[in-house]
Amino acid sequence: MKDYSVFDILGPIMIGPSSSHTAGAARLARISKEIAGDGFYKVAFMLHGSFAKTYKGHGTDKALVGGILGMDPDDENIKTSLEKAEEKNIDISFEEVDLGYVHPNTVKLIFKYRDKEDFYIIGSSIGGGNIVIVNINGNDVNFTADKPTLFLKYKDRKGVISEVGSIFSTNDFNIASMKVTREKRIATMICELDSTIDDKSIESIKNLKDILYIKSINPIVR
Amino acid sequence: MFNKAEEILEVCKLENKSISDIIIEKEIEHLGLTRQQLIEKMRESLEVMKHSATEALEKEVKSVSGLTGGNSKKIEDYKKKGKTLSGDLINSAMAKAFSTSEVNASMGKIVAAPTAGASGILPSAFLSAKEKLNLSDDDLIKGLFTAGGVGEIIAKNATISGAEGGCQAECGSAAAMAAAAIVEMAGGSVEDSFNAASFALTNIMGLVCDPIAGLVEYPCALRNASGVVNALISADMALAKVESLVPFDEVVEAMYKVGKALPESLRETALGGLAATPTGKRCSKKILG
Ligand code: SF4
Repeated sequence: MKDYSVFDILGPIMIGPSSSHTAGAARLARISKEIAGDGFYKVAFMLHGSFAKTYKGHGTDKALVGGILGMDPDDENIKTSLEKAEEKNIDISFEEVDLGYVHPNTVKLIFKYRDKEDFYIIGSSIGGGNIVIVNINGNDVNFTADKPTLFLKYKDRKGVISEVGSIFSTNDFNIASMKVTREKRIATMICELDSTIDDKSIESIKNLKDILYIKSINPIVR
Repeated sequence: MFNKAEEILEVCKLENKSISDIIIEKEIEHLGLTRQQLIEKMRESLEVMKHSATEALEKEVKSVSGLTGGNSKKIEDYKKKGKTLSGDLINSAMAKAFSTSEVNASMGKIVAAPTAGASGILPSAFLSAKEKLNLSDDDLIKGLFTAGGVGEIIAKNATISGAEGGCQAECGSAAAMAAAAIVEMAGGSVEDSFNAASFALTNIMGLVCDPIAGLVEYPCALRNASGVVNALISADMALAKVESLVPFDEVVEAMYKVGKALPESLRETALGGLAATPTGKRCSKKILG
């Protein structure tokens, strides 16, 4: 049986009308933006299932755009996020698609940059404002953004996992979960921790051999 | 940690405590906060609730889809004329429940309690109790922990999601949470609180979820208004010492089984009930295309 806090029941504090179609959508987009990184000139939202069917009435479009602009699920500016994106010259598009066997509230966000390749993320809003990110640039993941999380890409070689682990243990961090996937000799690591990651540990990990990409994400309040 | 009402009842009796005492202690441990931090965290929720429950009383608030809005103000205006059938308290409570529901549908800020769809019931019930019983904000904050505790029992042993259990799981749970808290704030016993919660769930057992166009608007706002009235009368019955023949834990289990037995068309899919009426379909076509 899941252990609840009263704030899971009385909460989240959020912009309506729907915790899954609005609050969860905002949170999903906000986290996706953190992972993809700033500097994009366009975001294409591919909406699947119930997201595709009802996004207008639920304001899912506004919530998603609010999220990629950095708004939290309780930010009252979400209502006018489409205008804000226009002011910032960020191009937005929505498309209704079939993403296959995924949760009915799923969206694929494609971030477009002028100076680098597209970055895409697929995630689902699974109810009560909770989310799960299931794919990052083609890598299957399973990441709920409830805990501070480290993303790492590196040229696959032996020892990286234990090197990262030892940096965390020296700096007194407890690893809650760690998952590594490999594709074409590039490894992606997603590591969830029990407490917020500090700059010193990030710096040490960044300086390890063969690290291609590092990003730490702190949880976004629900 | 506790899972059932029975366990809370036992600890309350043993240690001579209220439901809120026990939940506050549990949360302090669970979240690692001090008592003061915890109270302040809940105060934030109370402030959002107060705001959402009163915002639409004076000015018309329209939903994003354009389907609904303005009813909170209508009821408030009607009440002010002084010729209602069910009296000021009930009419005022309905207007406040509508207010939060309308704020929610207009993409305003609310506290999901336990969901966004049912978010109008608790704020209205608490503000009504505050007026009637002369309560302070601190009393209300304690009461919110009681409400949250009752909601936890339902979430753990059944569901608080309309997609899983129908509207009884959303608006029914919210009314049960509110009823139990009002009883405690009014000085009733722990048994009385759970009786009130049982009545609230029993009164609407089987209520389906059939939102028009799949949007959290209609009949949601109506069910928030009737939900707060359900909470108030359930509290009154319990304070009058009427007893629930079936204990709360069993009522929760029954609600869950009823929810499971509901066909999918009546669980938030907008394929049955009001959503499937000719008018419901027409509205849906107009909004969603
Ligand atoms: S009808 Fe459905 S969507 Fe509306 S409040 Fe009830 S459970 Fe929620």
